[in-house]
Amino acid sequence: MCGIVGLFLKDPAQRPHLGALFAPMLVEMTERGPDSAGIAVYGDAAPADGRRVVLSHADPAHDWPALAEGLSELVGGGVGLHVIDTHAMLTVPGPDWAPLADWLATAHPDVAVVSVGDRLAIFKEVGSPASVLDRFGIAGMAGTHAIGHTRMATESAVTTAGSHPFNTGPDLCLVHNGSLSNHNRVRMRLRRHAGARFATDNDSEVAAAYLTWRLEAGDTLEQALEAALRDLDGFFTFCVGTRDGFAVLRDPIACKPAVLAETDAWVAMASEYRALAGLPGVETARVWEPEPAQVYTWRIP
Amino acid sequence: MQTVDLDAVPLRDLNARLHDPAQVGRIADWRVLHPKGRHNIAVGLDAPVTVRIDGHVGYYCAGMNQHATVEVSGHAGVGLAENMMSGRVVVHGNASQSAGATAHGGLLVIHGDAAARCAISLKGADIVVRGSVGPMSAFMAQAGRLLVCGDAGDGLGDSLYEAVLYVAGRVKGLGADCVEQPMEDADRASVAELLAAAGLDDVDPAGFRRYGSARELYTFKIENVGAY
Repeated sequence: MCGIVGLFLKDPAQRPHLGALFAPMLVEMTERGPDSAGIAVYGDAAPADGRRVVLSHADPAHDWPALAEGLSELVGGGVGLHVIDTHAMLTVPGPDWAPLADWLATAHPDVAVVSVGDRLAIFKEVGSPASVLDRFGIAGMAGTHAIGHTRMATESAVTTAGSHPFNTGPDLCLVHNGSLSNHNRVRMRLRRHAGARFATDNDSEVAAAYLTWRLEAGDTLEQALEAALRDLDGFFTFCVGTRDGFAVLRDPIACKPAVLAETDAWVAMASEYRALAGLPGVETARVWEPEPAQVYTWRIP
Repeated sequence: MQTVDLDAVPLRDLNARLHDPAQVGRIADWRVLHPKGRHNIAVGLDAPVTVRIDGHVGYYCAGMNQHATVEVSGHAGVGLAENMMSGRVVVHGNASQSAGATAHGGLLVIHGDAAARCAISLKGADIVVRGSVGPMSAFMAQAGRLLVCGDAGDGLGDSLYEAVLYVAGRVKGLGADCVEQPMEDADRASVAELLAAAGLDDVDPAGFRRYGSARELYTFKIENVGAY
């Protein structure tokens, strides 16, 4: 089943309250996905000429300082470390992430890369949405937009890696309610022709990797989503975040639910209206269901 | 008048009271506060009561309704008045997809817009939409009437059986085997009757076109009768 929610703040005065506004939205989608949850938060930019990396390990007592030390040696110092529960948020200087990702995979094979970007940080874990929000302190986080997912696993195991959001390129993340029928073929094509690497067998990771491929080929977010309508087959409602953008897309049949609401201060989407019912000013918001096969995007000016 | 605040009373208690013959026999008017998009509000009613809901409702509101009048001041989620048998359901905002799905009888009035698949598999009820309906509305609708004062999305009336559709605005596209048909006197009377029943006196009954089944699909061919 799964529940998805997204909140994009247009009013800069609201940005310190992003997490506080967002957390209750995700909790409201608990019945649609009680087994695991994930949250992507677009916060402050990483230091210049660097990036924000979120890693996770099954053991909350994992030796993160040793890993940060190892990274520091590779990049010549300046690695920042902030441990939150099973996740470690690092700021890593240097222009090129790929060799560091290779080093991580070899030297720390039991560590998962949750997200890589400039402003993006993703947190995901097994457990009820309320407990996941609480463990990572999401309600206290500031930022411009946040995207979340509550998972009811139907076709793969209840694991942290199988949880959404999926991050497949710098600052891109995607959550998905539905199922793709041609994900194996698209995954194969992306591996062969775009050199994409996949961490899971999840169909939604393929959708995220597809968008990353299109964006890296020079598409705008709108063009990438139009292309996805042609190349991805199946049922989907996507909510997508980029460094400065927020998008919603439903397949041409649009069985998977989605509601959008917009005021002068914010744009919000959810699988069900009740997730939006607590937002300030929702009583006078424009509330509508996104049309099938229509791309909706918003951008930070 | 009985007021029930869903911030204070569990939804199951409200529905149990609305299903209790002793309570609905004694109290004819109910008001529900703070619905906040909850699912299954006022489902399965089977008594001539009036339930007014202040706010937005979630999925399946007034589903399986018989005899009751259910009025929602806000928007409604998926499956509004699904499988309604009789009675009257009125929504002042918009309705999500599959409004009035498989409804056998009664009247559903949506003052805003209805999303995709409004009146899907309609089986005899009347549905009046003051705004527009989304794509794939009246898919495989078997009996009953859908009247749309605004526009209709793509694929209207796909694989339609005997339901009749009236649309005043633009139809983006007709589904398989759905065709425009001439407006006869009986249709004009139908439109006037539906508008009057819905209390819409600001809509010109002369502006509607009729759509119905061309009866050209497999199921309508006599040579295929042995397949059933």
